[in-house]
Amino acid sequence: MTEVPKIRIRDLHKRFGQKVVLDGLDLDVGRGESVVVIGGSGTGKSVLLKCILGLLRPEKGSIQIDGEEIVGMRGPDRDRVLRKFGMLFQAAALFDSLSVWENVAFGLVSGEGMERQRAREIANEKLGRVGLGPEVARLYPAELSGGMKKRVGLARAIATEPDIIFFDEPTTGLDPIMGDVINRLIVECVHDLGATTITITHDISSARTIAHRVAMLHMGKIIWDGAAADIDTSGNDYVDQFIHGRAEGPIRMQVR
Amino acid sequence: MNPLAIIGRAFLGFLATFGRLCIFAGSAVSHCFQPPFYLGLVGRQMIAIGYYSLPVVGLTALFTGAVLALQIFIGSSRFNAESAVATIVVIGITRELGPVLGGLMVGGRVGAAMAAELGTMRVTEQIDALVTLQTNPFKYLVAPRLIAATLTMPLLVLVADVIGVFGGYMIGVHRLEFNAASYLSNTFEFLETQDVVSGLVKAAVFGFIIALMGCYHGFNSSGGAQGVGRATTNAVVSSLILILVANYFITESFFAR
Repeated sequence: MTEVPKIRIRDLHKRFGQKVVLDGLDLDVGRGESVVVIGGSGTGKSVLLKCILGLLRPEKGSIQIDGEEIVGMRGPDRDRVLRKFGMLFQAAALFDSLSVWENVAFGLVSGEGMERQRAREIANEKLGRVGLGPEVARLYPAELSGGMKKRVGLARAIATEPDIIFFDEPTTGLDPIMGDVINRLIVECVHDLGATTITITHDISSARTIAHRVAMLHMGKIIWDGAAADIDTSGNDYVDQFIHGRAEGPIRMQVR
Repeated sequence: MNPLAIIGRAFLGFLATFGRLCIFAGSAVSHCFQPPFYLGLVGRQMIAIGYYSLPVVGLTALFTGAVLALQIFIGSSRFNAESAVATIVVIGITRELGPVLGGLMVGGRVGAAMAAELGTMRVTEQIDALVTLQTNPFKYLVAPRLIAATLTMPLLVLVADVIGVFGGYMIGVHRLEFNAASYLSNTFEFLETQDVVSGLVKAAVFGFIIALMGCYHGFNSSGGAQGVGRATTNAVVSSLILILVANYFITESFFAR
């Protein structure tokens, strides 16, 4: 019997006004698998994640988590499914009004109703896991550098030990060394948790470090999907153009 | 372009916005009555809305009461009715000027702050982050602000009423040389419970409007810093207009004969 994919997306459509963003997208992500979705700016990578999280409602299509349909799901059922997710946002999306440890503990206290002292201990442990000491726990997000914010965002994403973690451009805006630090932390944390992940990125070196599988999104569809090791020999002109960052090729960037 | 089409498009746009606002308000109110309740956040918002608005609302009330006493004295002296100054000041303050001017000042201060804060949270994906942390943004962000503003505004206006009447008293006694005891006696002799209660009901409605418009525009902002600025402007303008419109209808419902 074939194993049910952790995430199964079929014929997903999403448009904003006249602009079609997702146009019949299909994607499967296996349990414990790390899939990196690459693609140009504005191709709908973030929209894909937001549709899975229920932040955007697709016009058509199916999204299944552990075999359970989640499109149109509301109320307690949706809350139950959302408990399976964690997410690291592009700019970390830390809450300005809360200290670092309160940010990390937020899902435990507000989402799971854990007692604050216990949540604080877990937050400090997770901050340690991403290389941040207890002195950082008392700071506020405005006092952190970009790399530290990403680490705190990662600690927050793993604090509730979710089954599925999304990473939205985890290395964007970081220097190459800090980018590699974040990539390695992601790999280690995901390995420890045994989580299923989808990462969206433009950063090919990040994709090579994080991914088991790479999928390329173009014109609202997955046009290539294969093992990370095969990305250089994909035989797909779109993938070749993208990973080598060439202006010439089948992909025509809209400049206005 | 066909002028009828322009009018039609504008009207349909207005209806769509009105519909979205009604759905937002309905959802926000329903979340005010469903657990979990973030009482700590309600308390924090009550301090932000009430305590920190006291100076601006108090000063507005003080000088409004003072000017009202002066103007009524000048007007009423034309037909020898100077003794009505205290009564008209207290009725004017409690029924109209306390709640309306208080509402306008709080609308400018608090409505803008709410729209800017929620708008920034929207464009920096903090509201999306709340959802991924199993927290309903309506319950966590909107409901505490609605509850706090609706409960706090009447308290704020009650204080403003007292300060406004005091402003009138100061001018009446020290500038217009009324007898202090008779001024106070005239102030309370003709004041009815309904005068104060109608002002407090208005204050509660205005508080609800301010929080609703601040949250609605902030929650739905988009387009970076410019979008947040637009949301803030829209929140202030729409709440001020709605306060004046609501004021008319509440006055009608209380005092129409």
